[in-house]
Amino acid sequence: MKRRSYARRSFDIVIIGSGAGGGTVAQELSPLCRDGVRIAVLEKGPKLRDEEFNGREVEMATALYEDGGGFLTAEQTMTLAFGSAYGGSTVVYTGTSLLPPERVLRRWNVPGLAFADVEQRARKYVAENNVHLLDESLLNENNRLFVEGCRGLGYRVQQFPVNLKGCRGSSLCNLGCPNQAKRGTDRVQLPRAERNGVEVVTRCEVQRIENKKVFARVSEKREGDKGERSTWEPGDYEIDAKVVVVCAGAVNSSALLLRSGFGRSLPRLGRGFTSHPAFIMVAEHDRPITNSVGHPKSFYLDQFAESDHFLLETCMYFPFITAKAMVGFGEEHSRFMRAFPRLQMILVLACDEVDDHNRVTVNGDGRPLVHYRFTPAVIHGLVQGAITSAKISFAAGAVRAHVPVSYAPTIERADRERLDQIAENPDFKPGKLSISAAHLQGGCAMGSGPEDSVTDSDGRVHGVPWLYVADSSLFPNSLEINPYLTIMALADRVAETVRKDMNAAL
Amino acid sequence: MLGTTTKEPSRSVLAPVRAVFRAMVVTVVPEAKQLDEPGWLAVEALVEDALEFRPRALRGQLQLFLRAIEWLPVVRYGRTFTRLGDMQRSRVLRYLQDHPVERIRCGFWGLRTLAYLGYYGRREGAHGIGYRPDPRGWEAVQSR
Repeated sequence: MKRRSYARRSFDIVIIGSGAGGGTVAQELSPLCRDGVRIAVLEKGPKLRDEEFNGREVEMATALYEDGGGFLTAEQTMTLAFGSAYGGSTVVYTGTSLLPPERVLRRWNVPGLAFADVEQRARKYVAENNVHLLDESLLNENNRLFVEGCRGLGYRVQQFPVNLKGCRGSSLCNLGCPNQAKRGTDRVQLPRAERNGVEVVTRCEVQRIENKKVFARVSEKREGDKGERSTWEPGDYEIDAKVVVVCAGAVNSSALLLRSGFGRSLPRLGRGFTSHPAFIMVAEHDRPITNSVGHPKSFYLDQFAESDHFLLETCMYFPFITAKAMVGFGEEHSRFMRAFPRLQMILVLACDEVDDHNRVTVNGDGRPLVHYRFTPAVIHGLVQGAITSAKISFAAGAVRAHVPVSYAPTIERADRERLDQIAENPDFKPGKLSISAAHLQGGCAMGSGPEDSVTDSDGRVHGVPWLYVADSSLFPNSLEINPYLTIMALADRVAETVRKDMNAAL
Repeated sequence: MLGTTTKEPSRSVLAPVRAVFRAMVVTVVPEAKQLDEPGWLAVEALVEDALEFRPRALRGQLQLFLRAIEWLPVVRYGRTFTRLGDMQRSRVLRYLQDHPVERIRCGFWGLRTLAYLGYYGRREGAHGIGYRPDPRGWEAVQSR
């Protein structure tokens, strides 16, 4: 067998991944470069040039998401959407920036992790990323109708703080902002880290980590691919590192550590995966509304998170994703699609809990496999969320709604009383429904020791003093809200720990 | 070590099953009946691109599933899927969509997803339903 040849590189700190976790760690550690500390960020995805963000659905999804946004679970009943680009998923989120909820962090009960500390760190990124409430004049009708419907039903609707600067309302956030208005790590933390001397290497997929060595492969830019070439030549690399910080996201961080053999001493590795499984409820109005212009996700409703395990958020997706998200096919489906300029959309997210079955493993090739089944609580959350969404839309004046958990999914306004009957006898068939998740969490949970977790509350991997984790895989259970600020707050903690540990070692 | 199985470009998945694929697409998206040959080629190019780097096993399963759709109706209707009328084709697909076996439902979900990708993923498909995004956002709306 031909022996592979590796080009050699050497750094003091290697950060794997450049999203909310990796970008934050890179920025926070970057002042060390002034003292001669060599830091690299290895990012699997490409770095796109500003002019390449054109808002074309399939083209941008292919360029910016792992598997084009259609990463399938092992059961093939849910797709996972996560970014694979310079900036990770912060390139493709909507910029919603919620502070971590105190009730959830108390429930996590991680020894050494105080809510006040996480909140304080999150507030630092609120300021740094220009998080604010959008001015009312910039809200589109898709969002206003959600507010109107919620208020009509007496629900406590809330506005999302968002991290925008110079938003023109293209509504293309999930395909990468064509106006560079989102303050993701690709716009704030990574450029700052690079200015301070951190080297960011794109198209660089880490294959395994072994005793302070990182093995990675840099891929060539294929003809027609978007993005810049990697600054490193295509090929295999063996990288020496005194410290490795894994920030590859809930799926890839767990998979990387598993294929590197850490599962032998860390039985919880890959376990505790949660994802806020979600689907879309679509409703048609009798007039065109502003839906494909303006920020798509300006409001949410979380008052049912504890009682019924669901959250509702405004959303507006693109033609293919919308068609895929609705259940069924044929004329009934096409009728909703033809009504696109009149559609109101609501995203229903289930607040899932850790379940023994739901975990990340790797296949024989070392590729991640995500095992996920819908627990009764998740099914309840999705069903109740769909029914509540339809009621909100009707309260806002919709003429018909597409309720995916009904055997006959089109509900006319005159039949809206039927919604409660659907709730009693839903048609919830995995594989029939289009369920997708974008809030991927867990797999390298924080805790007190290897029997219950993978890292301590500062992201140190149990028993491996040079290895840290700093991303959403640290969450020991579902966060129940959009996770980015919490990821950044935890990554900030991990970066501080790395600094302290390095100083102590000197 | 990471394997490279998902990174090998493949040969056409649809070529051997083109007729049944097109019959499935027009059942899923009735508007697809209006597609001319260049339109169909655009639909199929998007689907082939999406499948190009998927595992070989998955591409094989897709072909197998399409062949099953072609021959399944012979048992009930005495004709293949491509020779059925619209109503009967819909019944066949609905049977698969609601099948008690989860794997079969998933297989059909995958096919309908490809149909939607091919049809609505094209600029013409998106424009046809009135979707016209503009990076200028509000400014573009005001200038209309």
